[in-house]
This record gives sequence, structure tokens and C-alpha cells, in this order.
Amino acid sequence: MNWAGLYTVLSGVNRHSTAIGRIWLSVIFIFRIMVLVVAAESVWGDEKSAFTCNTQQPGCNSVCYDHFFPISHIRLWALQLILVTTPALLVAMHVAYQQHQEKKLLVLTGHGDPKHMEEVKKHKMRISGSLWWTYVCSVVFRLLFEAVFMYIFYMLYPGYQMVRLVKCEAYPCPNTVDCFISRPTEKTIFTVFMLVTSSICIILNMAELVYLVVRACARRGQHSSNPSSGKSSFYGHKLSSEYKQNEINQLLTEQDSSLKDMLRRNPGMQEKGDRCSAC
Amino acid sequence: MDWGALHTILGGVNKHSTSIGKIWLTVLFIFRIMILVVAAERVWGDEQDDFVCNTLQPGCKNVCYDHFFPISHIRLWALQLIFVSTPALLVAMHVAYRRHEKKRQFRKGDQKCEYKDIEEIRRQRFHIEGSLWWTYTSSIFFRLVFEAVFMYAFYFMYDGYQMPRLVKCSASPCPNTVDCFISRPTEKTVFTIFMIAVSSICILLNVAELCYLLTKLFLRRSKKAGNRKHHPNHENKEETKQNEMNELISDSCQNTVIGFSS
Repeated sequence: MNWAGLYTVLSGVNRHSTAIGRIWLSVIFIFRIMVLVVAAESVWGDEKSAFTCNTQQPGCNSVCYDHFFPISHIRLWALQLILVTTPALLVAMHVAYQQHQEKKLLVLTGHGDPKHMEEVKKHKMRISGSLWWTYVCSVVFRLLFEAVFMYIFYMLYPGYQMVRLVKCEAYPCPNTVDCFISRPTEKTIFTVFMLVTSSICIILNMAELVYLVVRACARRGQHSSNPSSGKSSFYGHKLSSEYKQNEINQLLTEQDSSLKDMLRRNPGMQEKGDRCSAC
Repeated sequence: MDWGALHTILGGVNKHSTSIGKIWLTVLFIFRIMILVVAAERVWGDEQDDFVCNTLQPGCKNVCYDHFFPISHIRLWALQLIFVSTPALLVAMHVAYRRHEKKRQFRKGDQKCEYKDIEEIRRQRFHIEGSLWWTYTSSIFFRLVFEAVFMYAFYFMYDGYQMPRLVKCSASPCPNTVDCFISRPTEKTVFTIFMIAVSSICILLNVAELCYLLTKLFLRRSKKAGNRKHHPNHENKEETKQNEMNELISDSCQNTVIGFSS
């Protein structure tokens, strides 16, 4: 399992994302993961071997390196990228669950043939209902992780600049010793680059959040101006058979338009198709 | 995620490029990315380990290396290649958006869309017209800008493209002025000149592609103006609107390379 494996896993999520979500995923893979793998890792490759202290005291080098670099930038970025990309898997899991429900519904309504099953797998889910909440949670978690890691970076390496010289007095170094960091300018350039792309990703996530909220409000506005929606029956009597019927109605209203089309095309199921048109 | 993955992503864009665009992509992958990976990275592999200064002063070597090489050639080239290849993704996104719209029309059962099934929509190749022309031209423009910016950055940072054998360094903690020797300077100069030459070829290809697209656009516009001149009496508002609608429909549905005729 490496970055390519993660790419394979997340490409599937891409289909059910918004346009901004897809741009965010491209920025993550091309400008962060790829730059990390092809460029940044070689810059930090010799960070310990080329970390030199002006002393012959054995152990001083190791102790000072450990004191100034509790966790290397590369490892922090790798952790950040993994944690930031994984909330998208929540969405993937929810989509898989919804597809499973759709398949069950199709079997119940007598459309269990392989062609309809393939249709369910292929069509794009609309981000509405509970999927909307899952999607919004995943975006919020992404934002949270990005912000937390940027703060950790700032705490561990005050300012984002890498200095050439650090003065170390940790035991067993005698008195204060000058230690020199390898490639500080190149490291500063890459740190700033990764910081900028991280900020761009934060902005994209916020834009996506705003877009989702605005879309939900617009949809609610449409529903409230059309009171004869299927959902009003959801607040009716909770008799067992009516409740079951209401649940089926709710399932139907949450499905994607292609499924509605599928049912609508079959004239025997016209009644259920009519209920769907209220979404 | 490495150069192979970038090749996979950009291979899809190839289908919707002009012939010059396809040549450019080939030059990029074979003469720049491949050379970088199989040759140049080895040449620069020991750049810091074999950077030797005539002093025993600890830290002097690190500081002098950092002073003369703020960012290594290899990293600059890697960044340049990433930035130069990504505008092509704008085109890929636009094509994907158009495909999505056509699939939607197809699903709604729109009679104006002449497709037998969704697989056909997936396989078809779009002509570079209308808004796609603008996206494509912008992507070429951005490529040119990035190439030029990186070539300037190279020139600015390394005072010309030649790698000297010896540099004199007097940054603290080096005592006075110290001689430092760069590893494999001639080989590095050869590869630097090679990469600059290929970069220039790519710039020329991009300029040629831009000219080609502009010429195609002017030819198309003059053809349309010529057709309109032959029917001056029919030029009223409703017909203009109908013509625009027809153009829109033909832009989105009919001007495609389909495998078979209806």
C-alpha cells in the first residue's frame, strides 16, 4: 500500500464528489503528493547524515538533531495527507450503503435483473438527504485536519523558515555548540510551497462547504413552496403498514434521478414513479 | 503517485489535443521526464555528499552548498514539469463536463442528441470549438508562461547555464575565503544545456500550436461570414436566433467524430 494505492482508492470517490471536490482531489494528488514524492523526499533525504555539529563529542550530533527535529517535515506531511484524504472514504462507504439499498429496492419491486443492477452501480449519486450530511461532515473533518497540522507545523518549527545554524546545549554536548542544517534554503522553499498548497486546499474546502449549504437551502426553499411533497406524509400516523409505506416513499425520494427514470420507463410502476416526481 | 501516474492522467488528454499537442506531450514525456528520471537524477544524486570544501571547519560545507545551490536543478525541473503539464488538466475537466452534459441529455431522452448509447458518448472525440477552444488556448498560454518563468528562474539563480568547477565561499562559519569544489560539473552542464534545449523546443511547439489554433479560428469565422454574405435578405432577428440555436446544438451534439453514421 503506497500513494498509488491511495490514489486508486480515492479515484472511486471522485465520481460522487462535487466539481470543487474533484478540483480539490486533483490539487492534493498533483501538487502535494506528487511534489512530496518526486521532489521533497530527496531534499530531506540526507537531513540527518548531513546535519553537522561543530564538535567531536560522540552523541552530540544525534541529540541535537533529535532536539531540533522531533518529527521530520516529510513524515508530518505524509501523515497530514493521509488524514486529510481519508474522510472521503466516509462518503464512499455511505454511497456503497445507498447502492446496496437501491439494489434491495429494485429486487423488491421486481427489477432484479443484471441490467438494472449494473445501472445502480454506474449512476452518480445525488448529494441529498443523509448523503449530504455525510459529505458535509467529511469536508468539515478535512478542514479540521488541515488546520490542526498547520498549527502543529507552526508550533514545532516556529515560523516556516529553516535556519542555517542552530545552537545546541543538550547533554552530552560541551557548552553551546553550533550545528548546521543541510539545504536550509531548499527546505524553506518547499515548506512554503506545501504551505501555500495547503491553504489553497483549505479555501477549496470552505468553498465546497458554502456551495453545499447554499444548494441545500435552495432545495429547501423549492420544497417549502411546493407543499404536496412526499415528505409531508412522513409526519403522518405512525401505523405499522403506513409507516412501512412512508419508509419506502422516503427511500424512493432519496434515490437519484436515473433510478426514477428507470422506474418511470416501466409503465407498471408508474404510481411509484409519480411519488418520486415530488422530490 | 509518481511520473507514471502523471503519464496515465495526461494520456487521456492526448485524445482531445491537436497533432502539435500530441507531439508536445511526447517530447515532454520522453525527452524531459524520462531523461530526468533515468539520467539526470543520478548525475545530481551525490551533489551534496561530493561537494568538498578546502577546510576542516564543521558546517562550512553545508553553508557554502546552501549559498550556491538555493534549490537544486533536479527539483526545479521536477516542479517545472509538474506545472507545465497540469494546464492540460483544464482541458480534461472541460471535456469531462461536456460529456456529463451529453449523458444528461441522452438520459432525458432528448431527440436532438444522436447517440445510440452512453458508451458512444464516452468514446467520442470532441472538436476544439466554442468554449473548448478558449480552454485549450488558455492552457497553452499557461504552459508558455510557466516554461518562460522557470527558464528565467534558472538563469537568475545560476548566472547562466554553466556549472563551474570551483566556487569561492566566505559565509560564516567558514574562516576567510574557502575553495569549494562541485562534483561532476561538466556532466551537469551537458544535462543543463540539454534540458534547456528541449524546453525551448517545447516553447516553440506551444507557440506553433497557438498560431495553428488562431489560424483555424480565423478561417472558420471567415467561412461563416462568407456564408452569411450569400444570403443577405434572410438576415432578420428570428433567423439570427435560430442560427445561434443551431450553432449551439451543432457545437454540443452534432460536430463529433462518431464511429458510424446514423
